[in-house]
Amino acid sequence: MGQRSFIEVEKVSYSYPKGQGQEEAALTEVDLTIAEGEFVAVLGHNGSGKSTLAKHLNGLLLPSVGDVWIADMNTHEEENFWKIRQMVGMVFQNPDNQIVATTVEEDVAFGPENLGLKQHVIRERVDEALGIVGMSEYAKAAPHNLSGGQKQRVAIAGVIAMRPKCLVLDEPTAMLDPIGRQEVLDTVQMLNETEGITVILITHFMDEAVRAKRVVVMDEGRIVLQGPPADVFQKMELLRKLRLDVPPIVELAARLRSRLREFPGDLLTVDEMVTALCQLRSGI
Amino acid sequence: MAVFRNITIGQYVPGDSLVHRLDPRTKILVTLFLVVGLFFIDSFSGYGIAAVLIGLAIATSTISPRFIFRGLRPVIAIVILTFVLNSFMTEGDPIWQLGFLVLTKEGLFRGSMLALRLILLIVGTSVLTLTTSPIALTDGLESLLKPGKKIGVPAHELAMMMTIALRFIPTLLEEAEKIMKAQMARGADFESGNLIQRAKSLLPLLVPLFVSAFRRADELAIAMEARCYRGGEGRTKMNLLLFRPADYLILSGSGLLIIYLAWAF
Amino acid sequence: MSIEIRDLTHIYNAGTPFAQDALKNINLTIEDGEIIAIIGHTGSGKSTLVQHFNGLLRPTKGTVRIDGVDLSQKGVSLRDVRRKVGLVFQYPEHQLFEETVWEDVAFGPRNAGITGEELEDRVRRALKSVDLDEGFADRSPFELSGGEKRRVAIAGVLAMEPSVIVLDEPTAGLDPRSREDLLGQILRLHKERALTVVFVSHNMAEVAKIAKRLVVMENGGIAMEGSPEKIFVDSEKLQGIGLGVPDMTLLMQRLRERGWSLPASVLTIEAAEAAILEALASKETGAKSSGAGKGSSKGVYK
Repeated sequence: MGQRSFIEVEKVSYSYPKGQGQEEAALTEVDLTIAEGEFVAVLGHNGSGKSTLAKHLNGLLLPSVGDVWIADMNTHEEENFWKIRQMVGMVFQNPDNQIVATTVEEDVAFGPENLGLKQHVIRERVDEALGIVGMSEYAKAAPHNLSGGQKQRVAIAGVIAMRPKCLVLDEPTAMLDPIGRQEVLDTVQMLNETEGITVILITHFMDEAVRAKRVVVMDEGRIVLQGPPADVFQKMELLRKLRLDVPPIVELAARLRSRLREFPGDLLTVDEMVTALCQLRSGI
Repeated sequence: MAVFRNITIGQYVPGDSLVHRLDPRTKILVTLFLVVGLFFIDSFSGYGIAAVLIGLAIATSTISPRFIFRGLRPVIAIVILTFVLNSFMTEGDPIWQLGFLVLTKEGLFRGSMLALRLILLIVGTSVLTLTTSPIALTDGLESLLKPGKKIGVPAHELAMMMTIALRFIPTLLEEAEKIMKAQMARGADFESGNLIQRAKSLLPLLVPLFVSAFRRADELAIAMEARCYRGGEGRTKMNLLLFRPADYLILSGSGLLIIYLAWAF
Repeated sequence: MSIEIRDLTHIYNAGTPFAQDALKNINLTIEDGEIIAIIGHTGSGKSTLVQHFNGLLRPTKGTVRIDGVDLSQKGVSLRDVRRKVGLVFQYPEHQLFEETVWEDVAFGPRNAGITGEELEDRVRRALKSVDLDEGFADRSPFELSGGEKRRVAIAGVLAMEPSVIVLDEPTAGLDPRSREDLLGQILRLHKERALTVVFVSHNMAEVAKIAKRLVVMENGGIAMEGSPEKIFVDSEKLQGIGLGVPDMTLLMQRLRERGWSLPASVLTIEAAEAAILEALASKETGAKSSGAGKGSSKGVYK
């Protein structure tokens, strides 16, 4: 790879045509670099531009101004289109509307088939991908008989069967119940940790963002805040102003820190909170 | 919609019988032979033989005959209507008379022939769909239509359309049921009124259903594009179709048999 | 208006090989003016249950009584029942169909035979109760944002002026801002109009915020029932059912496991803070009086 990072979004602005020659700005001068193997969560409300940004990462949308580089390839250049789409896989919000085929394994094969791979290679990749997301036993099942979480895992398998380097998930859990959310998030985290796949998780759930190494907060088409989750969640006032809720544990930690001596402020999970409190208590 | 749930005709029943394992192209062609053959046969003995052959196929397929005959239920009215209309409308030897309705010998013969033909057609074709997964069916069709590409038959596109349609039928039916209930919860009435009123009362169901179908189509197109779909060019398949000796045997055997039947009966 | 469910069983496709038990022997009474949440994950039967409340589904066995009237009795008009028990389905924005917001909201009351000024009033009131101003009335529902569409759909049910409103996962798929707004509007309706609210959800934190009584469903039966405080104490059982518990409840549980003495009924951040500070304080005074503990001299408080 050259000097550029794995993903570079450079001064990107994008406007949607709104009819009658008018345009609506969805992204304004967005700069973002993501290294290979990172797990980044993008937070923001509907209309904050986070989905628009996601669609720029595999060339589904092209910047009105600026450039997006994926592994040194500019998304503006047509000859890179399919290489980029193979390299950056996308999973969308509604599991029903991204499954093409009438059985699970045929759907997972859809991407590799489009890549023109040999039959036995497709077979291997399908079996492997279904194994990774834990859906092997449903290989022959009809998608409409699966739960929401299972459907999303099939969609993820369909993407990883194309051997992408990066997975962009656009609110993959918005329509799922707690079990489904857990299933999907665990799968995504595992892909990042054990398979080394770069993950970009677009969400409006704060507790999902806690799993990431870096959080990017968007509002009105701009990046307003970014950093490790613990740092980002310290900016509670800004988050409240944006009306993004702060994870309850983070808020409790902040309240306790204002009352207690030497209480750590960067707690994100229940487990971390329990450890910190027990340490404090045993010190008494 | 409960109405749709009762239609078992054409529903694939997974299995591992000889019939299941045949190449879908074989099954499609044999079904085609059968359909054409049935239109040429016009004697009871010819239908008898055809029925025995279909029965044989059902027996090998290990699908319960009861399941198949339940599939006939929705069309039984049409079969009876065909029988009754033909029995009374055909001119010939009267055997029974009620007012201006005359039951003739020829009519009875013709009515039962047509009814039989209809039943055999439906049962025969449902053996195809009962033993062939929708995927295999579309793959088979695509492969059979491929030679037509040169004269402009869009084989891949047709097959893709069929796949997507099959994939989304259950989803859309479920959605239709939900919207219908939601409008009923707002006092909508889908059952009473004259024809125009009833047609009008369908708007609250049809408009959202279309809006949703378009939204789904839009999202699906983006998802397909994101997975590098760019038409049939350069695309490969995971499941290759393979003619085995059994396929050649059954294909040529049934072809010859149908020709003989059509010619002899 | 009370809803009384006795020995309710519902079997989908009864009598066919596809028969499926959706509800098993449910007994439940919802009192007039209550705000109650029904929780459970997908497939637990909660959506099937609420469709019995207004006669969209008929019990395979058992009875549903609205204000004492058995819905399966002859002569009971289900359309009247549906006017009194408003049901908002999941993703209700998918049922919008009219050209303008006003027309869509008017659909329900019109079906009930309401016209003229009364209709105008009802539509206006319904839109106002979900914080949509007059400017929305003439717009097409299809060009609104997701959260706005949902509110229009809910207004469409409110315009029938039901005495009970049943909402099936009303906040699913909304962003935090719209979720918070919607919950506020529902609570306001409950308070201002004494509307009985039945709230179906799988979001525990949300449920803890608004409901006074919870019904937890699992595999077509009622697994737990009671106040949020009572239900969340049994967090292990909830987790076994596959439902999360609010973070604060989980934290209290973990701390108790490690020997802290904390009250069981903690649901909010404020309560958790108070409980933790109190527990630390009592430990500190205990430590001081006995003279033990090396850290006690400087204290943990600021």
